[in-house]
Amino acid sequence: MKEIEEKIKETVKKLFKENKIDIFIGYSEGTLPLRSTPCLITRPEDIEKLVWNSYCFNNLAVYLPRFFLPQTQKKDVKLPRIGILAKGCDSRSIVGLIKEHQLPRENLYIIGIPCEGMIDIKKIQDAGCKMKEVEIVSAEEKNEKVIVENEDKKKIELKKEELLADVCTSCKYNVPVIYDVLIGKEKRKTKEEERAAIIEEFEKKPLEERWKYFQEQVSKCIRCYACRQACPNCYCKECFAEQTKPKWIGVTDNISDIMFYQMGRIFHQAGRCVDCGACVRACPVGIDLRIFTYKLIKDVKEFFRYEAGVSLGEVPPLSTFKSDDKQEFITEP
Amino acid sequence: MKNIDNWEPKIVAFLCNWCSYAGADLAGVSRTQYPSNIRVIRVPCSGRVDPFYIIKALQNGIDGVLVSGCHPGDCHYISGNLIARRKFALLKSFLEYIGIEPGRVQFSWVSAAEGGRFAQIIEKVTREVKELGPINKMVKKI
Repeated sequence: MKEIEEKIKETVKKLFKENKIDIFIGYSEGTLPLRSTPCLITRPEDIEKLVWNSYCFNNLAVYLPRFFLPQTQKKDVKLPRIGILAKGCDSRSIVGLIKEHQLPRENLYIIGIPCEGMIDIKKIQDAGCKMKEVEIVSAEEKNEKVIVENEDKKKIELKKEELLADVCTSCKYNVPVIYDVLIGKEKRKTKEEERAAIIEEFEKKPLEERWKYFQEQVSKCIRCYACRQACPNCYCKECFAEQTKPKWIGVTDNISDIMFYQMGRIFHQAGRCVDCGACVRACPVGIDLRIFTYKLIKDVKEFFRYEAGVSLGEVPPLSTFKSDDKQEFITEP
Repeated sequence: MKNIDNWEPKIVAFLCNWCSYAGADLAGVSRTQYPSNIRVIRVPCSGRVDPFYIIKALQNGIDGVLVSGCHPGDCHYISGNLIARRKFALLKSFLEYIGIEPGRVQFSWVSAAEGGRFAQIIEKVTREVKELGPINKMVKKI
């Protein structure tokens, strides 16, 4: 990890020196242990701030579209050249955004990093039972192990493998699909089938039970829209959740409105979601969003043989069609 | 709605201007009988129907939604219904997955010459929605 961090700094330094980029988006150390925070670097002096560790979980692609808003593209303004650090999932988001004409590829310099999986903080809190009540004051990563220390000076050693986020354990593309330079080149062993199995199991449950689960999960929602803010796919200038003409959803915490919001947001991900897990991590009340978003990923793959953000050439599934598309669901007299 | 015996479902039908709406018209001028539970909304094309329209209808207490367009290949706008087919395949599967009865949201193809078929589809949809009973999921209760 340290070597990769050094290599990243070296590359970014070179990029600034050769005047290839104006802004670099990476991670810097967070204010709390076990956290890295996204950071934008505009001056070469700040490059030393960059870090690379197992807590770099944010999907950085979310910061890109705002630099290339359509109105700025029309006005003949000089667009910034942006360097960005991309894990597998970030790179897939970038591919999706390029396809949706939100980013010009030529203005991006992508430093790809084959991701070794990011740590789920909630899992650390759960693992060392006592860690839940007392705050973690420091954390250290060493040879596939994470040593955390709490307020009472108690140290607990945990295996990194067991702490990986669910999205990471079932990740299929840990090596970036698009990059200008790749640092490291490991293909990680993952259990892709695991997630599909969970969805299949849920599908088999009786209808009422599925509805109950959906209702239970959604009723936790406080409509903070963190899931939307964290998602690179949600770049709409005006979201349906805030639209007033037509007004899709009320502003109250009525469960029906919350359901509408969640269904709407999740369905908007159809054929676009890359399963980066940003929404799940951002959710402050811990809604199991992935069980719903993954269903769409599974369906899109099954019906249209398409995976989001894998290749630049493929046409998005909902803007094309085939004459023999699935139509068993059509009502016949 | 209080008396379940007299309850009749409310069904919204989004019909495309060029085929299904004309099909409904043909059913009317041919004096074909079909249940009066449907409220027709004319749309330019089945591709115009946003999934939100459907969810919003359910939220407003509509017991069933039917979307009908031209047969594949006959779209007035060449491919509107084919694009819609993909969208609806995902929507239908998704709604069922989260626990909304599959009979509540239905899709069909009816051409301008199929007045009889239109009546049959309305009968079938009404029968299925009646069996499901009044909608209680999703409905906004104030």
